[in-house]
Amino acid sequence: MAKDLILSFETSCDETSVAVIENGDTILSNIVATQIKSHQRFGGVVPEVASRHHIEQITSCINDALTQAKVTYSDLSAVAVTYGPGLVGALLIGVTAAKAVAWAHHLPLIPVNHLAGHIYAARLVEPIEFPAMALVVSGGHTELVYMPKENRFEIIGETRDDAAGEAYDKIGRVLGINYPAGKQVDEMAHKGHDTFHFPRAMDQDDNFDFSFSGLKTAFINTVHHADQIHETLNKDDLAASFQQAVIDVLADKTKRALQDYPVKQLILGGGVAANKGLRNRLEKELQAFPKTSLELVPLSLCGDNAAMIGAAGEMLYRHRVFTNATLNADPSLEFEWIKEPATN
Amino acid sequence: MKILAIDTSNRPLSVAVLDNDHLLAETRLTTHRKHAEFLMPVIEDLIQKSDLLPNDLNRIVVASGPGSYTGIRMATTAAKTLASTLDIELVTVSSLLTLALNISEPGVLINPIFDARNQNMFTGLYQLKNGTMTSIISDQHTNINDWLAKLTDVNQPIMIVGDTAPFSEAFLKQFGDSLRVADELTAVPNAARLGLYGSQLSPVKDIDAVVPRYLRLTKAEADWQKLHPNEDTRNYVEKI
Ligand SMILES: [Zn+2]
Repeated sequence: MAKDLILSFETSCDETSVAVIENGDTILSNIVATQIKSHQRFGGVVPEVASRHHIEQITSCINDALTQAKVTYSDLSAVAVTYGPGLVGALLIGVTAAKAVAWAHHLPLIPVNHLAGHIYAARLVEPIEFPAMALVVSGGHTELVYMPKENRFEIIGETRDDAAGEAYDKIGRVLGINYPAGKQVDEMAHKGHDTFHFPRAMDQDDNFDFSFSGLKTAFINTVHHADQIHETLNKDDLAASFQQAVIDVLADKTKRALQDYPVKQLILGGGVAANKGLRNRLEKELQAFPKTSLELVPLSLCGDNAAMIGAAGEMLYRHRVFTNATLNADPSLEFEWIKEPATN
Repeated sequence: MKILAIDTSNRPLSVAVLDNDHLLAETRLTTHRKHAEFLMPVIEDLIQKSDLLPNDLNRIVVASGPGSYTGIRMATTAAKTLASTLDIELVTVSSLLTLALNISEPGVLINPIFDARNQNMFTGLYQLKNGTMTSIISDQHTNINDWLAKLTDVNQPIMIVGDTAPFSEAFLKQFGDSLRVADELTAVPNAARLGLYGSQLSPVKDIDAVVPRYLRLTKAEADWQKLHPNEDTRNYVEKI
């Protein structure tokens, strides 16, 4: 079989990434230039600063990706690029660069949804078997996605307010942890205990949606109240209590989604998928679903990267889903809903 | 030498293809601001109509700023990626100078202006000397009063071009009869002239390092720098 080599681009937030992926499942190179240090100055991603960094990095990332993969432009089959969702100015750097490369070398251009990337990152470990379910948890997203077949994505539930990762960053700030807070909160949570019993919002509701803003508020109020009466709370217990509430809701909703939608695989993807507490809990829950295997996206591919965009792009390449040079960034790109979303 | 020249610094989009000093094809649009959607299709169209293929190009000339941040990033990203991926030369030119190229009268001081709102502007002062557009006062982000203060010694005809409307009254007060205001057509950048001008310059040595000429820090960075004046800003991005 001839090799499909895809050059893929990802610039939706604060990582400039270019990768070369073979046959949709093998990483030949995956260059990631992260801007975290820059945005840490501001306690979060500043969109204009992100766009400026992307343009500084883009061509050197392309060259590094080709060099490391030991391929030239003439070896490539196609170019794939994230065109949404994300920060519009950031997305546009990747989209423009991908269009330029595709045109210059007469290559087809594949438009990729960033969330499809987070899900299809699982392909880089093991083939995806359909029907499948994905729980995508990141700084910008918390979604349950049902996938009846290749390239079909149906949202069955999503967050009504904050994304899980966003909630981590906000309570991290209260605990004095700089953005991104996920990893450190996870570590503290393993040292502490759930002593505060924060609310599990929407856990009992008859839908697959999430809400984390009430939890965040309860957390902040607890800490502020303690400050006012000069009481010192155990930070590890605070982290553990917060994390337990997040994980309980994510796990309960996922479990119920699996009951309603029997699938062969459950894929856990997105930046928060690196959370050990969440990984352990889902492993445990999956014991009740012997016909469903758990596919954990490897830690190195949970954050934003172009390898996952290549993995998703190759699936579109097989079905000849191409676009042209008019491709624009779509900052609020969404999968379709399987049924009418509940009104807020 | 086959040259592709690009300017999307502000609302107008201007792209041209030249063979040395011959214009092969050009497009100028002012009807929309969808540079993200239109820039690459316009480039494709013009190269095709010039009977060329992408790898026939020898040089890209880009107006890299100042201007709208998104606009100068579109042009600069397309230009540096094309130059890098085709392994050809890249030349960057000031977007203000590009506008000044529309005025070919020797001797006249040319003052291109991009509105930066609230009486602020991106501007510079130029003059055609021995057939070459020459910078007299360097490009800057400033406000109208500070800029006019820099022009107090000027006692020759001056022509403003670009977003002149918000500032023409103030200019008129200072220069009276020696002020000329370029008409609207002159305020649309001309990529053919940009390409011709850029054909004479030496190309950049490090394409990867090319960034737009914003001439202005983001607010977040400016605030940060005030608090941390001596910080080394070079290593904020790292490949992992
Ligand atoms: Zn992401």
